[in-house]
Amino acid sequence: MLWIKLFCFVITIVCAAPLTDLERDINNYIEVYHKYSSRISNLIEPEGIEKLCSDLDVSCTDIRFLMLAWTMKAEKQGYFTQEEWIRGLMALRADTIDELKKALPELEKEVRTPPNFADFYASTFRYSLTEEEQKSIDIETACQLLDTVMGSTFRPQVDSFIEYLKIQNDYKVINMDQWMGFYRFCNEVISFPEMTEYNPGLAWPLLLNNFVEWIREKQA
Amino acid sequence: MSSRQNPEIMTLEKGCELIDAAVTKLKRILEGKPEPAFLSEEYIGYYTAVYNMCTQKPPHDLSQQLYDKYRGIFEDYDTHTVLPSIMEKHDEYMLRELSRRWDINKPMVKWLTRFFFYLNRFFTARRSLPTLTEVGMTSFRDHVYNNVHFNVKQVIIAMIHKEREGQQIDRALLKNVLDIFVQNGMGSLERYEGDFEVFFLKETASYYSRRSSRWIQEDSCPEYMIKCEESLKKEKERVTHYLHSDTEPKLVEIVQSHLLVLVAKQLLEKENSGCSALLREDKTDDLSRMYRLYHAIPNGLEPVAEAFRLHVTAEGNALVKQAEDAATSGSVEEQVLVRKMIDLHDKYMVYVTDCFQNHTLFHKALKEAFEIFCNKKVAGSSSAELLATFCDNFFRKAANDKSSDDSTIEATIDSVVKLLDYISDKDLFAEFYRKKQARRLLFGKFNDDHERIILTKLKGQFGGQFTSKMEGMVTDMQLAKDHQTDFEEYIKNCNTGKPKGVDFTVTVLTTGFWPSYKTSDLNLPVEMVNCIESFKAYYETKTKHRRLVWIYSLGTCHLSARFDSKPIELIVSTYQAAVLCAFNNTERLTYQELLEQVNLSHEDLVRVLHSLSCAKYKFLNKQPASKTISKTDSFEFNSKFTDKMRRIKVPLPPVDDRKKVVEDVDKDRRYAIDASLVRIMKSRKVLPHQQLVSECVEQLSRMFKPDIKMIKKRIEDLITREYLERDTENPNTFKYVA
Repeated sequence: MLWIKLFCFVITIVCAAPLTDLERDINNYIEVYHKYSSRISNLIEPEGIEKLCSDLDVSCTDIRFLMLAWTMKAEKQGYFTQEEWIRGLMALRADTIDELKKALPELEKEVRTPPNFADFYASTFRYSLTEEEQKSIDIETACQLLDTVMGSTFRPQVDSFIEYLKIQNDYKVINMDQWMGFYRFCNEVISFPEMTEYNPGLAWPLLLNNFVEWIREKQA
Repeated sequence: MSSRQNPEIMTLEKGCELIDAAVTKLKRILEGKPEPAFLSEEYIGYYTAVYNMCTQKPPHDLSQQLYDKYRGIFEDYDTHTVLPSIMEKHDEYMLRELSRRWDINKPMVKWLTRFFFYLNRFFTARRSLPTLTEVGMTSFRDHVYNNVHFNVKQVIIAMIHKEREGQQIDRALLKNVLDIFVQNGMGSLERYEGDFEVFFLKETASYYSRRSSRWIQEDSCPEYMIKCEESLKKEKERVTHYLHSDTEPKLVEIVQSHLLVLVAKQLLEKENSGCSALLREDKTDDLSRMYRLYHAIPNGLEPVAEAFRLHVTAEGNALVKQAEDAATSGSVEEQVLVRKMIDLHDKYMVYVTDCFQNHTLFHKALKEAFEIFCNKKVAGSSSAELLATFCDNFFRKAANDKSSDDSTIEATIDSVVKLLDYISDKDLFAEFYRKKQARRLLFGKFNDDHERIILTKLKGQFGGQFTSKMEGMVTDMQLAKDHQTDFEEYIKNCNTGKPKGVDFTVTVLTTGFWPSYKTSDLNLPVEMVNCIESFKAYYETKTKHRRLVWIYSLGTCHLSARFDSKPIELIVSTYQAAVLCAFNNTERLTYQELLEQVNLSHEDLVRVLHSLSCAKYKFLNKQPASKTISKTDSFEFNSKFTDKMRRIKVPLPPVDDRKKVVEDVDKDRRYAIDASLVRIMKSRKVLPHQQLVSECVEQLSRMFKPDIKMIKKRIEDLITREYLERDTENPNTFKYVA
C-alpha cells in the first residue's frame, strides 16, 4: 500500500514540474495565433490575415509580408496553418505581435542575402498558384508580383519588362521557367538598358529573347 | 735519283725547284700552250721526290713544308693569274673565262694531287687536315669564286632577262657557270642559293610583277591566261636548260603568285571577258585553261569557284525576277520558270564536269548558288509550291499525250528531284505535291507508270517516309479498280439488281494516305442513297474491320437534264447534283428551303448556287438576278436553257488550299521538332542548349530548315510538359526527365 502511494506521489510531482523554455514559447505563439485564427477551422483565414497585416502595419501585398510567409513555408496564399505560424514565429523569435513587427526589418535584410533571395523569389511564384494543377500565373498577377518582389532592387528592368509583358501577344501566362529566367536576367545582365553582358545564344527563355529584341528595337 | 739503299737527302730548296718546274709545265699544258705532255718517267720522278722528302728522317722530314707548298701553288696561281684573267673581262666574256678557268682548275688539282699523293696517304689523315683535293678546290673558291660571283651573277641575270625578252643566249655557258656555283658549295647548295638563286628569284618577281600590271590592263582574260601559260612553260624550260632543278618549285611559285594569285580578283572579274563572261558565252577552252592554271596553286581555285558561284546565283536570281515580273495577278508561270531552272542547272553542271574536272569545290559552289535562289519566293508562292505545281501540270499533260516517250519523262523527273534537293522546305513540297496528286488521281487523267516512277526516285533520294503516303494513294487507285470490278459482280449476283439503273463507281481511299477532306451531312437524292446502301452492303462482305466515311465533296455526277429544247448531259459535282435534283419535285425553291433540304453549310451552298445560276451556264434562274447569292434569293429551274453542246461540264471552283497547306505543314513541323528534341535528350540525357539546338537542326535538315525560335518554343513547351528540365546548377543545360 505504501509503495503504491509513493509511486502516485512521485507521478504527481513530475506533472507539476515547471514548463521548459521551448514549451513556454510555443504556448505564447499559440496564444497570439488564436487572436487571428478562425474558431471553426483553426486556420488563419483571409479575414484574419487582413487583421494581422493591419496590426503589423504592413499591407498584405508588401514584400515583407511575403517574406514572413516564406519563413513560415506557408503553402496557401491567404491562409496560415498553426504549424506554419509556429514555425515562423519560432524562426523570428517573436513572442508577441510587437516583437513580430520589430523583427520584420531584420527579416528583410536576411532574406535579401543570396542564396535566400533566389529561393524566396521562386517561392513567391509557387505561392501565387491558386488552383490544384495550375502551372502558370496570368500576366496581370505576374506584373504585380514582379513589382512587389523585384521593384525596389531592379526598378528599371522591372518597369521595362512589365511594359513589354503588357504589349506582347505571344504569351498570356508566365510559367516557372520564365519567372526564374527573369531573375537570372536581372542578376547576370548587370548593365541595363545597355545589356552588354547579354548573350542571345544562351538558353534564355524565348520570352526574354523577345524582350531584349524589343528593347533593342526601341533603342535604334 | 737516289735509291733507297743510298739515300741522298733532298732539301726543300731542291725539291721546290723540281716541283716548280713541274707546275710550270702543267700550267702551260692546261692553258693550251704548246708543251709536250708529261712522260711517265717524269711523273714517277715527281711522285718519288715527294715520297722521299716525306719519308726522310727528321729533321729532313718535309711533309708539312710540302703541304704548305702545295697550298701555296694554288693560292699563288689563283690569286695572281686566274682571278685577274677573269676580272679583266666583262659580260659573257667574263663568264667564258670563268668557265675556262674552272675547267683548268679541275685537272690541275687532279695532277698535282697525284704528284703530292703521298701526303694524302699519311700526313693529312694523321693530322686531320683537309685532303689535297679539298685544298685545291678551297683555294679556287676562296681566291677566285668569292671575288667574282657577284659580278658573274649580275651578268647571268642580265642574260636571263634578255632571253625573257625574246633574244637568244648561250644556254650551255649558263649551265656551266651555274654548275660552278653549285660545286663551290662543297656539297651543299648554299652558294648556289645564296649567291645566285635568291637574286634571280627577286628579279623574276619584279619582272613578272611588271608584266602582269601591263597585261592586266591591256589584255582580255583569255589572252592574259594564254600569256600566263606561255610564261610558265618557258620558265619550266629554263630550269631544264640551265637552272638547278631545286629552283623549279620556287620559280613556279613566284610566277604563279605574280601572274595569277595577286591579280586573281581583277582577272576573274574583268568585264566582258572575265569568269562571268566566259560562262555566259560558253568559252569552255578558256574556262578549262583557267581551271588548269589555278588548280596548280594551293587554294588557288577558291576565287574561281567563288566567281562561278556568284555568276550562277546572279543568273538564277534573274530567272526568279523574270518570273516575278511576268506573274499576272499573282499566278506564276511555273512551267516556264522550272524549265528554265532545270536548263540552268544542266548547263552549269556541264561546266562543272568538263571544264572544272568534277572538282568538289565547284560542285559545292553550284549547290550553294542553287540553294540561294531556289528558296526565294516568287510572287507569294514558295518554290516548293511552284515545283509541286510544275509536276502536277507535267503529269497531267503527259497522261493525255500518248506520244510522249518515257526517256524524256524520266529525264524531267530526274531534274525535278535534283531541284528538290536544293529546296530547304522539302516537307512543304511533299504536302503540296500530295494535295495535287490527290486531285490528279481523283479527277484528272493520270498515268500509273509515271506516278510510280517519280515516287521511286523521290524515295531513293529522300527516304521511304517521304513518299509512303503518296505511294499509298497510287496503290489505292489500283485497288479501287479491283474493288469496282468486284462490286459490279456483286450487284449482278445480288437479288436487288442494279439500283434503279444508276451507274455507280466508288473509290475507297485509305485515311491517312490522302489529304483530309471535309465531310458533310449532305442529303442525297433518294436514287443516290440506294447506291450508297448497296455499296455499304458489298463492302461489309469484304471486310468487317473498316468504317466507311463518304466524302460527297469529291464526287462527280452525270445528270441528264431535260430542258425544253433538248436534253443535255451535265457533269457536275455531287453537291451540285443534290441541289439540281431538288428541283425534280418542285419548280421553285427559296434559299432557305434549299438549305434545309440539301443540308449543306452556308458557304458550300452559296458556292454551288453561284456556279449554277450566276456563272457561265445558268441552269437555274435566280431572283433577284444579281451577281451574288444572298439568303433571301429564290431559285427556279431554267427549262429554257440550251446550248449547242450535248454534254456540259460545270466546274465547281476549288477552295484555295495554299494557306491550309502551310498551316498543316507548320503543325507537322512542331510535332517533328518535339519528337526530335525528345529523341536527342533521351539518348544524351544531359545537353547544353546550343548543342541541343544544333543537333535538332541537323536531324531535321533533310526535310526542312527549322526556325530557331520555334525550336526554343518547343523546348519551353517540353519543359512545361515535364519532358525536360533545366539543370539547377547550370541553367544553360537541359536534362532529360525520365
